[in-house]
Amino acid sequence: MTRVLIVDDHRLFRSGVRAELGDSIEVVGEAEDVDSAVKAITELQPDVVLLDVHMPGGGGQEVLRRVLGSGSQVRFLALSVSDAAEDVIGVIRGGARGYVTKNISGKELTDAIRRVSEGDAVFSPRLAGFVLDAFASSEAPPIDPELDSLTQREREVLRLIARGYAYKEIAKELFISVKTVETHVSSVLRKLQLSNRHELSRWATARRLV
Amino acid sequence: MEGRLIGGVAQGLATQLSLDPVVIRLMFVLLSVVDGIGMVAYAVLWMIAPKQPYQGTAPPQRDWSQLAAFSAIGVALLAFGWLTGASQGGIGMLPFAVGGIGALILWQQADPERRKTWMSGAALSMRKNRVRSLLGVVLVVIGATGFLAAQGELAQASQGLLFTAVVVGGLAVIAAPWLAGLWKELQLERRERIRQEERAEVAAMVHDSVLHTLTLIQRVAHDQREVTRLARAQERDLRNWLYQPAQDADATVAAAVRRIAAEEEDAHGVPIEVVCVGDIDLDSAGKLAAMLKASRQAMVNAAKYSGSPSISVYAEVEGEEVTIFVKDRGKGFDFEAVPLDRMGIRESIIGRMERHGGAARVRTEPGEGTEVMLTMKVEKA
Repeated sequence: MTRVLIVDDHRLFRSGVRAELGDSIEVVGEAEDVDSAVKAITELQPDVVLLDVHMPGGGGQEVLRRVLGSGSQVRFLALSVSDAAEDVIGVIRGGARGYVTKNISGKELTDAIRRVSEGDAVFSPRLAGFVLDAFASSEAPPIDPELDSLTQREREVLRLIARGYAYKEIAKELFISVKTVETHVSSVLRKLQLSNRHELSRWATARRLV
Repeated sequence: MEGRLIGGVAQGLATQLSLDPVVIRLMFVLLSVVDGIGMVAYAVLWMIAPKQPYQGTAPPQRDWSQLAAFSAIGVALLAFGWLTGASQGGIGMLPFAVGGIGALILWQQADPERRKTWMSGAALSMRKNRVRSLLGVVLVVIGATGFLAAQGELAQASQGLLFTAVVVGGLAVIAAPWLAGLWKELQLERRERIRQEERAEVAAMVHDSVLHTLTLIQRVAHDQREVTRLARAQERDLRNWLYQPAQDADATVAAAVRRIAAEEEDAHGVPIEVVCVGDIDLDSAGKLAAMLKASRQAMVNAAKYSGSPSISVYAEVEGEEVTIFVKDRGKGFDFEAVPLDRMGIRESIIGRMERHGGAARVRTEPGEGTEVMLTMKVEKA
């Protein structure tokens, strides 16, 4: 049984998620702003925190900073209506292990929570698109080749995610196991979080210009 | 310009200076009598003064009787001047005119409401248009110096000028803090105005789209499909407004794919998720336009026949290759069993792509959904 805390400033949305989640998930609590979220996480020690990106008091990134900064091992799945690259890349680099949009179905969300609780990463098609875009080959040579570029296989996996393939379908397509797909995605997540590739933040910010 | 007699210059000046136009006209007449400076000034102002578009239905009528009256006054004064020799102002009058025009340029560039605030701090108004301000100041100074020089009194006046400079300097020191305060207040007011404009834009957006959609939704509450479609369309609009850079949908592939997906989503009520990586301008040869048409057909097919709850579209530009995937999780079909006369896939997608030098591949199996893959090579501009 995965223990989940829902952090979102919209009560309607919290109860909606609660109702949609499958039997394999136990919602241990809810929080509606940064302070109450940090408090609830410390007290309840959930397996996975469903984290809204936009909230009063600094948003999801502030929760990540305060909780992960204190050395906690709690895993975060970011959940947002926002498609903005800056938000998406921001929470992932802040330490979230996945990013899904709020129009995700209950079944898919249950799946994503299970994955995050097992230490894997969860990418929405759009996040995969962002990563492909941000890591697209550029003139500037990478500073750290291991962290600053994607392998051919990782690129293939991301492209299939962006095309709307589920992990199982990707595994079938590439003749690899689902576990291998998960490993690739986790590796991309690690690069996304640790890479100092300067294009990354600049690219995300530039995306915001409307 | 309403109420003009010749070029509307006097009328315009009168509005700018909040004076009676008759006064201005008399001034021009007077100055014209003295060496014709008034006419020159009138002509110059006619050329440089900003025009105010005429707002009214009937064409503006000149009041010929007034024009005649002013002409009469002019002629009379001219005659008087000749008789008495009073018009021999000589070259000394010219600087007056130059200075006067300079001052007028300075004056007329500030808009009326702000001029009231700036009356006492004329220096502040100069920020708005430095070139014109500078020109005005230079003309005023030249005018003043020229006048003194022509009168041969520049040497005597130097004492007075020094005194004036000291007084002006003193005044500046006294007024500086107050001017700074005024400046700050102006900046604040400007920022507030920008904020208000932004708020107004958001309010307009919310009113035009969100409120409108909510009203529509209440009206069609019994039709679940329609409600979903409306909500989805509104969501997409808001998203674009908030997060997408303003793009011309006819200019690049990514923008065009997004627009097509939006249109088909609206038409068929099936959500279409679009992910774009990279972008390229549409080519002139129409290759990409054909590819976009094929992608639209693929989206239509998926929305109409697959029964899939959602459709994924992925468009990627890598180097000189453009690829578009349209995938659904619907019922799929047996490609070999499609009758040859069914135009949807064979002609509109595969045929069209091949005719333009691209390729299309369809992967489908009953129960496995369908994915259409379109590729096209283009030369990068």
